[in-house]
Amino acid sequence: MLIRRPNDIRSSEITDRALYLRRRDFLGGAAAFSISAAMPLGAAAASLSTIKSPLSTEEPLTPLKDVTSYNNFYEFGTGKNDPAAHAHTLKTTPWKVKVDGLVAKAADYDIDDLIKNISLEERIYRLRCVEGWSMVIPWIGVPLASVLERMEPQGSAKYVAFETLVRPSEMAGQGGIFQSLPWPYVEGLRLDEALHPLTILAVGLYGEPLPNQNGAPIRLVVPWKYGFKSIKSIVRISLTEKQPPTSWNLQNPNEYGFYSNVNPAVDHPRWSQATERRIGAGGLFVKRQPTLPFNGYAEQVASLYAGMDLKANY
Amino acid sequence: MSPSSLYPASIARLALGSDPVRRAIYIAGMTPAVWYFYCGLVDELGADPQKTLERVLGLWALRYLIACLSITPLRRLRGPNLLRYRRAVGLLAFYYASLHLGVYLLLDQGLDLVAIWADIVKRPFITIGLMAFVVLLPLAATSNAAMIRRLGARWQRLHRFVYLAAVAAAAHFIMVVKAWPPEPLLYAGVLSALLLFRLRFIRKRVAAPMRGRNNLSMRQAN
Repeated sequence: MLIRRPNDIRSSEITDRALYLRRRDFLGGAAAFSISAAMPLGAAAASLSTIKSPLSTEEPLTPLKDVTSYNNFYEFGTGKNDPAAHAHTLKTTPWKVKVDGLVAKAADYDIDDLIKNISLEERIYRLRCVEGWSMVIPWIGVPLASVLERMEPQGSAKYVAFETLVRPSEMAGQGGIFQSLPWPYVEGLRLDEALHPLTILAVGLYGEPLPNQNGAPIRLVVPWKYGFKSIKSIVRISLTEKQPPTSWNLQNPNEYGFYSNVNPAVDHPRWSQATERRIGAGGLFVKRQPTLPFNGYAEQVASLYAGMDLKANY
Repeated sequence: MSPSSLYPASIARLALGSDPVRRAIYIAGMTPAVWYFYCGLVDELGADPQKTLERVLGLWALRYLIACLSITPLRRLRGPNLLRYRRAVGLLAFYYASLHLGVYLLLDQGLDLVAIWADIVKRPFITIGLMAFVVLLPLAATSNAAMIRRLGARWQRLHRFVYLAAVAAAAHFIMVVKAWPPEPLLYAGVLSALLLFRLRFIRKRVAAPMRGRNNLSMRQAN
């Protein structure tokens, strides 16, 4: 039996276009001021001025309403709609990020100082969740490399560890007797992964500061890895010599490795990773699409893993 | 209800003829499925409509299974006797399990037989889910008066497999999620309570003749 699409023009594309045009208006209107120079990130409804990036994909964007209503952010609950429902309680101003470990300039940085004078870029990336769905999101952020280089990592630094805020009073999923994960949520990258040009610290999406449910005010985006590597609401960045622990690996080491590169050839023990469903791409009858090695970024990042057995280092 | 109504022949008698309440149960019972399919068609099922539809249909199958298994304990605890509606509730569980499987095969996997076969042999949660469905098949097929008559005492033995299906369904739910969200554990907890009640009742029934004598002697003493 064939499943026919009701229509060749997908409703999501129409929505996308409207949002796309709106976003351009924002860019034009916002040209007079630069967020990185003058505006605190927490300023409500501030549109962000960005430059475009050749690293962006030209695939149709996932509609804003899906990007902001379908989230895994267990600090606000395990349901997909929980973050959108509960994240408004999170206060993102002021926001400090502790930078420590093997760096010359270890300190508690205000978020604005952390990314000061680094041009905000729009990076339209695919995001592939380990659960088998994907989105295309127009992030706004800065290369992580630009931030790290400013901190002057020592020669002995080999990894970067990240930590999410723990604040049960504002994060509904961290309260109560039933905890889905140990807090804080922690993630990590090898230093060369962290310094790769594709890796960014995002502070916005769709032309606006990050909504809380998407990891405000600052989150990691590593597009060739499963989504859970892209840690949200970061409060600490540490340079380390040893491979840092990562939350999902701690929770279930057989299912989630340190690398967690998108790989259609290595199944999650409980489900296949061969295909994915693009969220917001046309309703009930849209088909799954093949998942690409490194989420389609193999050309840029495969060399990072030359000689490594990716089945063993999943 | 007299104990004689527990016997297959009495159940068969109850099942005969039309019953407006039973009809209402079927209609009300199928309403969530109709509603969610409608929402899916008008693109109101959220960001991942296939997954949402799959999930709600599976959840309703599990809910009806639990409701079905609650009918006997409810009666034992001197609650209302809903035995005459058990078949309707059980069949609803089966219909929802069928729709859940159908959405997985057609809308989720797009009838990609290679991927489906790989799922069945490689993914324990799919294997167990399918097992639950396969166990329900003969139960649904024999949920009619003719089969109850034909199978006699074997009918009841066959239909005890509903517990296996329910355990498999609850395990299937736990295994599909990441970490330990509360909802699957809640369903597994309710199901465990029902199973424990059932085991306790069986043990009591085994011990019943003995206790009957005791009661008698006590009454005599009074």
